[in-house]
Amino acid sequence: MKGEILAGAAVVLLFALFLYVAGSDGGAEWGGADGEAEGVIEELTCGTYEPWFSPIWEPPSGEIESLLFSLQAAIGAIIIGYFFGYYRGRRSA
Amino acid sequence: MEGFLPHPWWEVWYALSLPIVIYGIYKINQLAKERRETLPLLALAGAFIFVLSSLKLPSVTGSCSHPTGAGMGAIIFGPAITAVLCLIVLVYQALFLAHGGITTLGANVFSMGIAGPVVAYLVYRGCMRSKLNFYVSIFFAAFLADLATYLVTSLQLALAFPSATGGVLGSLGAFGTVFALTQVPLAIVEGVITALIFKYIIQVKGDVMVRLKVIDDKRLGKLKEMVSA
Repeated sequence: MKGEILAGAAVVLLFALFLYVAGSDGGAEWGGADGEAEGVIEELTCGTYEPWFSPIWEPPSGEIESLLFSLQAAIGAIIIGYFFGYYRGRRSA
Repeated sequence: MEGFLPHPWWEVWYALSLPIVIYGIYKINQLAKERRETLPLLALAGAFIFVLSSLKLPSVTGSCSHPTGAGMGAIIFGPAITAVLCLIVLVYQALFLAHGGITTLGANVFSMGIAGPVVAYLVYRGCMRSKLNFYVSIFFAAFLADLATYLVTSLQLALAFPSATGGVLGSLGAFGTVFALTQVPLAIVEGVITALIFKYIIQVKGDVMVRLKVIDDKRLGKLKEMVSA
């Protein structure tokens, strides 16, 4: 149980910090760090850098993007659940 | 970040990653032939990367980033095989999510699939040699691997975009603030979760990990099984 409590506490702490920062209103936008890095590139090159390639396909909306991200998590979670379920079941059988 | 790595650099990172990915594929084939009992663990390591790298978490810096999950695969299978697992996830994200990118794939495989895993592997081996607690070793390996990944990402961008005033080091500071700083709390969470999942792996597949994979000393493995049982 000790491990579960520690992991739970770490996640709760991260969320508490997030709520604290979000609540203190420092103008945080909670965008992706990669987007911010693109901003840094723009600053460093004084806005002269043009990406030389664009994604072949982009999710048409934020909803569809989150659908595909959830799908990714779900595929992984199914495999993890199957793995532990199968071997735990076999062990106790 | 598609198209954001200019001409010499995207090829450089492709060239550096390619041999390691090929070696990783060779090693996976070897596993499939000679140690089939390890394949479920390989699937687990890949699935772990799938889940963790899909979770964009808010950090204290007011922006979001995601853990990598690569530490687990690196500890069990080593960096080369983990590079292949990361490649699969990175291709999925580049094609279906416009996250990462095909032109930056080489750089991303290098930072997430090679640099991070090498750190995880070395830190884990070092910690175990110095007889540190198993779960603490896993924590440090996954935590430092996560940070290393984003430090290397910052370095990759800094090399491609040296600052006019501060050079590579100047822009390393700028990219590091964006990536590495945001990553610190997420890396801690990743370290703790990776340590937790190893508790379950020890319980159900300790035999494969401890004895056949020669990852742990038999004695240590047995001790841990007793602790976690």
